[in-house]
Amino acid sequence: MTNTTVITVRNLVKKFGRFVANDNLTFEVFEGEIFGFLGANGAGKTTALRILSGLSEPSSGEVTVAGFDAKRQPEKIKKNIGYMCQKFSLYEDLTAKENIMLYGGIYGMSKELIRKRTDELLRKLDFTDYGDRLISDLPLGMKQKLAFSVAVLHEPRIVFLDEPTGGVDPVTRRQFWEMIYETAAGGITVFVTTHYMDEAEYCDRVSIMSDGKIVALDTPAELKRQYSASSIEEVFVKIARPPIPSRPSAGTGSKGGLNPSSN
Amino acid sequence: MRSILYLIRKEFLQIFRDKFIGKAIFAVPIVQMLILVPAVTFEIKNVKLCIIDRDMTQESRGLVSQLEGSEFFKVEFSTFSEQEANDLLHRGKCDLILHIPSGFGKETGQGQTGRILVAANAINAVNAQLSWAYLTGVIRDYNLNIVAENTGTTIQSIPGIQLTNRYWYNEMLNYKHYMLPGVLGILIMAIGFVLAGLNLVKEKESGTIEQINVTPVKKYQFITAKMVPFLIIGLVDLAIGLIIGKLTFNIPFEGSIALLFLCSAIFLTGLLGVALLVSTISNTQQQYMFTGFLFIIIFILMSGVFTPAESMPVWAQKINMVNPAAYIMRINRMIMLKGSTFQDIEGDIFALTLIAIVFTVLAVNRYRKTA
Amino acid sequence: MKRFLGFVKKEFLHIFRDFRTMIIIFVIPAAEILLFGYVVTTDLKNAPVAFLDFSGDEITQQLSDKICSSGFFRKSESLLSYNDIDKELRKNKIKAVIIFEKDFGSNLISEGKAVMSIIADGSEPNMASLVTNYITAITADFNSGLLETTGSGNILVQPEVRMFYNPSLLGHFMFVPGVITIILTLICALMTSITITREKEFGTMEVLLVSPLKPIHIILGKVIPYFILSIADAVLILLLSWVVFSLPIKGSIILLLAELMLYILLSLSIGIMISTVAKTMQQAIFMTLVGMLLPVILLSGFIFPLENMPKIYAWVSAVFPPRYFIVVIKNIMIKGTGFLYVWKETLILIFFTAVAIWVSMRNFKIRLQ
Repeated sequence: MTNTTVITVRNLVKKFGRFVANDNLTFEVFEGEIFGFLGANGAGKTTALRILSGLSEPSSGEVTVAGFDAKRQPEKIKKNIGYMCQKFSLYEDLTAKENIMLYGGIYGMSKELIRKRTDELLRKLDFTDYGDRLISDLPLGMKQKLAFSVAVLHEPRIVFLDEPTGGVDPVTRRQFWEMIYETAAGGITVFVTTHYMDEAEYCDRVSIMSDGKIVALDTPAELKRQYSASSIEEVFVKIARPPIPSRPSAGTGSKGGLNPSSN
Repeated sequence: MRSILYLIRKEFLQIFRDKFIGKAIFAVPIVQMLILVPAVTFEIKNVKLCIIDRDMTQESRGLVSQLEGSEFFKVEFSTFSEQEANDLLHRGKCDLILHIPSGFGKETGQGQTGRILVAANAINAVNAQLSWAYLTGVIRDYNLNIVAENTGTTIQSIPGIQLTNRYWYNEMLNYKHYMLPGVLGILIMAIGFVLAGLNLVKEKESGTIEQINVTPVKKYQFITAKMVPFLIIGLVDLAIGLIIGKLTFNIPFEGSIALLFLCSAIFLTGLLGVALLVSTISNTQQQYMFTGFLFIIIFILMSGVFTPAESMPVWAQKINMVNPAAYIMRINRMIMLKGSTFQDIEGDIFALTLIAIVFTVLAVNRYRKTA
Repeated sequence: MKRFLGFVKKEFLHIFRDFRTMIIIFVIPAAEILLFGYVVTTDLKNAPVAFLDFSGDEITQQLSDKICSSGFFRKSESLLSYNDIDKELRKNKIKAVIIFEKDFGSNLISEGKAVMSIIADGSEPNMASLVTNYITAITADFNSGLLETTGSGNILVQPEVRMFYNPSLLGHFMFVPGVITIILTLICALMTSITITREKEFGTMEVLLVSPLKPIHIILGKVIPYFILSIADAVLILLLSWVVFSLPIKGSIILLLAELMLYILLSLSIGIMISTVAKTMQQAIFMTLVGMLLPVILLSGFIFPLENMPKIYAWVSAVFPPRYFIVVIKNIMIKGTGFLYVWKETLILIFFTAVAIWVSMRNFKIRLQ
């Protein structure tokens, strides 16, 4: 992780009609870090991610990604980023190799380069025999890894991952995060949204979203210390459902039973 | 620029990966042409007559035998009961009733006007019109015969205007020559509409379009890549269709084939532009299907293939000015049957090109990479 | 039973939530009836013709005027030479050229005959024969007028015509029932052809299959909402035809509605049949639209009368449901006949419906295996 910022967000607001999906978000992401966006479903994570990747226009606020303004220059942003959406959208009726070739070509990679990277990729994923299989024939875990690999094929500055581990078994999840580590180590910034709290531990910094606002942003260690929690999950619960202040103790005569403020 | 090529490659891969579609886009036109073209004709044969001859004279029988001798009519029934004749007409067993009242022979024999009554089943207006025309033709001949007999001269010397008629470019009024380009055109339109536009909507539904939207691919590149494969397939279908037409139906090819293909390419571009425009405003394949159907059927029925475009009311003809199908049907006929040259169809080509450009631009515009 | 109703309700909601599709389902028939009642017609109106008058006398003038004031034709231009004919016809601006020979009038008077030629653009055969026939009729009329005035003979046979059912030969009487048939056939088939296929494509088919619903329930459940929608559609079309074209329904409305319901059921079943075979929505739409569009228009008797086709087509169209329904609808609406005249066709339609449903169920069961 370096000190150069690749993403700067100030007072980002996104409204859909009267519904405010993103309420005044402000944060920065540094080059090479693994930045996590945590929150329950509907908190506004995906909305923010789509704005950062140029798929959606901010209603107001300043958003700069890879040096380009998200409102005025979304197409320039797209040249420098990779993206993996929730549905792992590769073309189901094409083979793994064909998908790779398509995206490689779109990002301007030469034929030889594409071929080279394809071989490397397939070997790394232990896919060499599956290169000519249709995506629809592959199990979910492979689709996921493949989708990720395609997203970083062209070695972008930043890669955006939207809930990349949805529906996948824990072992595959673990392997997936190994891939993320490797990618970040290679200098690519990883921006990932998730609702799995334990995945927060894997990030360099984590921001917790609730109801469209950022309610916490720091390294996992700091957050745990701050909220005296042993896991990010606990942190989240403490933030999302703050404890009700306890009543001053009554004198004798109070009935037994549970103190209603105990969680 | 290379992006377009990669995208086109992907489109072709997807088309042919579907075994059914890959084969159907070529097989269906072939099959439908072979089956449908021979069927379409407006020539009528064997109009069924029912005769009510209340006169029963030499003259009335003469008229009836004149009708029997004509190749268009078949005297199927003969009755004295009007009720029965009407019933036959009602039930569709006969197409025309010819009622010769008594006194007919006497009147005509004396050089007066004889009257007959014709009742026609006009539910099928075209048939009624044509049968009526043939009938008057036969009666005219009959008239001439009688006059000749009465005045003791030959028909040739009967005073009057002698009419000859010829049909140019299609001497035998061969309907197949006329319908084949029409049938072919409609099929290619339907295929193009179903594949190109539906394709794009499917990408919307499955989310793969988002993966494209997040790449630096430009809007026009994406739209162009959606159009080109179907443009090529459409032209290939055209070629196949023309070959079949030549081999099986011996259709004429008076004009320049290159010109025909050029015009067809422009037409297809316009059509695909409409299809893609519709797909950019449709969110589900179902929506696209209905909207597309609306457009296709309007284009086709107004194009002049089945009923003449000139018979339409003026406001409809104005709408036709933006109907690419109307142009291509006309151009097709003109080039293939009449051998019209580029100069002859300049105006139409220009209009068609304009339509193609406008719709394509609209489609590119409406497609959004950033919501 | 309750499960079944719940299923039907879900299918209904599915459709109604898709607001756009709802609009389109009702806009399509309305728009098309309006368009086609006016648009699809073979009436001849102001057809442009050119004259090549080598004579230029009073008689040719009179005849030309008579032709051009008939309302069927209008004078487009006067040509100068024979060579012009091909040029002008190629440009597609005129439908026919009428040629008067030299000294037409004087020939007629002195020798008693003169030659006139019609050269029609045969590239549009239908138009060409219409044009030729009309000009011939007008000329014959003119001729008889001449003969009367010169007293050289009478027209001896004067046919008086009555066109049954369509007194003024209005085109739309012929076409509106046909348009109704085509649109209902295609729309209904389209609607149901993608309904099961959609489940296959989105992977919700498994959910359906493991539910306690039997195949017949699933099929019926999908058909019923569309059935109701289509009836509403059909009623709308009939109302519009009546209001806009004064298209009467001479026969029993109840019978008409009953037959409509039967035919709608049949078309919906055909759509379901297609959806059991197609693997993707694209395939289903291809089969329905590309596969059925032209055959329905061409082989049903809608525009091209079945009697005019080569004998083989009697067999081909025998297995073609729209062909029967057009007979039914024309009979009831225009001729006003009762059930006795259409029982045969009705029976055939019922048979087809049963076959379609049976095939669908079979295919469905095979899928389960």
